[in-house]
Amino acid sequence: MAVIGPNGAGKTTLLSILAGIVEPDGGELRLPDGGVGWVPQRAALYRRLTVEENLLLFARLEKREDPHASADEMLELTGLGDRRRELVARLSGGNQQRVNIAIGLLSRPVALLLDEPSVGLDPRQRARLWDFVGGLAEGGTTVVFSTHDIGEAERFGRRLLVLADGERLFDGSSEELRSAVAEEAPEAAGRDFETAFVTYLQHRGH
Amino acid sequence: MRWLLLKDLQLLRRSPLQAALLVLYPLLIAVLVGFAISRDQGDPRVALVSPSAEEGVQIGGQDLNIDPRTRLCARVECIDAQSRAEAVEKVRSGDALAALIVPRNIATQVRSLATLDPARPQVEVLVNREDPVKARFVDDRISSLLAEANLLIARRIATVGGEYLGLVLNGGEFEFLGQSIPILGLRASTGILTALRPEVPPGALRDSLDQVIRFTTLARDNLDVAPPLLRAVAEPIEVKRSSVNGEGPPLDLFSVAVAATFTLMFVVVLLVSGSLALEREENAFARLTRGLVSRAGLVGEKVGLGMGVGMAVTLLLLAGISAFVPLDWGRFGLWLVAIAAGGAGFAAGGAALGAATREVRASSLLAFMASLPIAFLSLIPSGAVGGGLFDAIQVIAALFPFKPALDATTAALDSAGPNLGMALLHLAALVVAYGLLARLALRRFAAV
Repeated sequence: MAVIGPNGAGKTTLLSILAGIVEPDGGELRLPDGGVGWVPQRAALYRRLTVEENLLLFARLEKREDPHASADEMLELTGLGDRRRELVARLSGGNQQRVNIAIGLLSRPVALLLDEPSVGLDPRQRARLWDFVGGLAEGGTTVVFSTHDIGEAERFGRRLLVLADGERLFDGSSEELRSAVAEEAPEAAGRDFETAFVTYLQHRGH
Repeated sequence: MRWLLLKDLQLLRRSPLQAALLVLYPLLIAVLVGFAISRDQGDPRVALVSPSAEEGVQIGGQDLNIDPRTRLCARVECIDAQSRAEAVEKVRSGDALAALIVPRNIATQVRSLATLDPARPQVEVLVNREDPVKARFVDDRISSLLAEANLLIARRIATVGGEYLGLVLNGGEFEFLGQSIPILGLRASTGILTALRPEVPPGALRDSLDQVIRFTTLARDNLDVAPPLLRAVAEPIEVKRSSVNGEGPPLDLFSVAVAATFTLMFVVVLLVSGSLALEREENAFARLTRGLVSRAGLVGEKVGLGMGVGMAVTLLLLAGISAFVPLDWGRFGLWLVAIAAGGAGFAAGGAALGAATREVRASSLLAFMASLPIAFLSLIPSGAVGGGLFDAIQVIAALFPFKPALDATTAALDSAGPNLGMALLHLAALVVAYGLLARLALRRFAAV
């Protein structure tokens, strides 16, 4: 699921509420059995520890039965096995994000929340990241990610949730969103999807 | 929590500069403080020209020790000089800061003070004023010694004078040139004259006799008060010394306690505030407190980190200082308790600072800005400022851990120090208060 919307729409707040970091003002929150993993937008890692030390620390804090095995599993999953002894500070932004995601996966959650995971990554790093996330989704993990990039949401999100000023504007597939945009903003028909989407938001008063 | 503690120690180890500072800083402070204290212990050197100590003085049948070595050399380092010229050369060359020249016939001169033909003994003091502070110091010590000697002699002479007056008043035997001379005394004279009076016919002779009887009676009555008066002249003002607020620890140990508490404060406050702020800077705080560690647990872990590192560093410092100043290792258990409690107080304060600032650099800056003035305020002695201001300073100092930590460390180092139990209670209250403040301030960490 891709959560999209302009700045201040409430994407990070929604993910933080789902992650249990922020208390909701009202409403009801139901979480799946098996836990929810959370990956903040900015890598939550100790830069002066190695990749392996970071994974081991959080595996221990997660009270994994065999922290070393869990860390090895994540190193294999992220493809960072050969860089396990490298300080996180020396990794590229893309690799730091992979470690960041791996820590979110340590508890083997049934759902994973990714807050703008591709921010600050170059195209090659983004492609590797989405390959990795796609693999997780295919492996059965529900992935909820927020993004500014409408193209990214359309490509990788099977379900799209559009937020603006804390209001849910749309919830459905990318095809359904295209139809809704065409219906709401016919003058934008024929333009690229991002432009049409912005026109759609304007029509909805945002 | 132990894994977080291990992580923090790993991070410390990863920063060679920080780790080196943690080891070198206490060693450097230990060497500086130890050197300063041990240098201060070195007495100033005074050249002494003095006759042989074997030549004693007797006044009023009692020995009087006028040898300057007995008292002076206990307070300064004496260097013997054979002559005045040698003493002057020693002072001029800087070998000695001052010289005390005692004449060879000092014993005779002092002895003469109790005779009918007293001389006035004179000693000479030479001071090198190149270093005004030291010169003043040694001048004061020699002046104090001479004042003591003068007082001792004056007392003894007053006693001898009182004995002479007693002889004049009451009569008795007076030893002179090996012969015993009987002295009648005023009391006996008055008695004889009063007994004779009825035998003398009235007239001019009897009037003269009456005049002599009145004189002897008056002299006898007034000489009764002379001995205490002589004693009062010898020592007009009697000094009675007593300590208020109990006996304090020696200055050396207090200096060691100040150095240890300063070190503990800097290391722990900076480490804990920075370490807590780092959790937010590394963006790990939200991840940690999302069910992995409670916020109170995180504050507790940082306090534990500060206590552990603070104890290690402070003990290293004390071990270093003990090479210069003798410390009572038998009180090691109390040191541990005091340093642990002080470390907990500083760590809780550091956690509150780190939680409030949320940034490592800001927390370090604030730690310096807050710690130094509070520490200096805590060291202001009573009497240095007005009463009202001092009370206000006391209240402010009591709100921060430095003063109770210093009290606890001083008490642990020396039994004459402040009350250890009170200092520990004070620190415990501050740990709770600052711990709660830190826990409250952590709410700002979680802001998305």
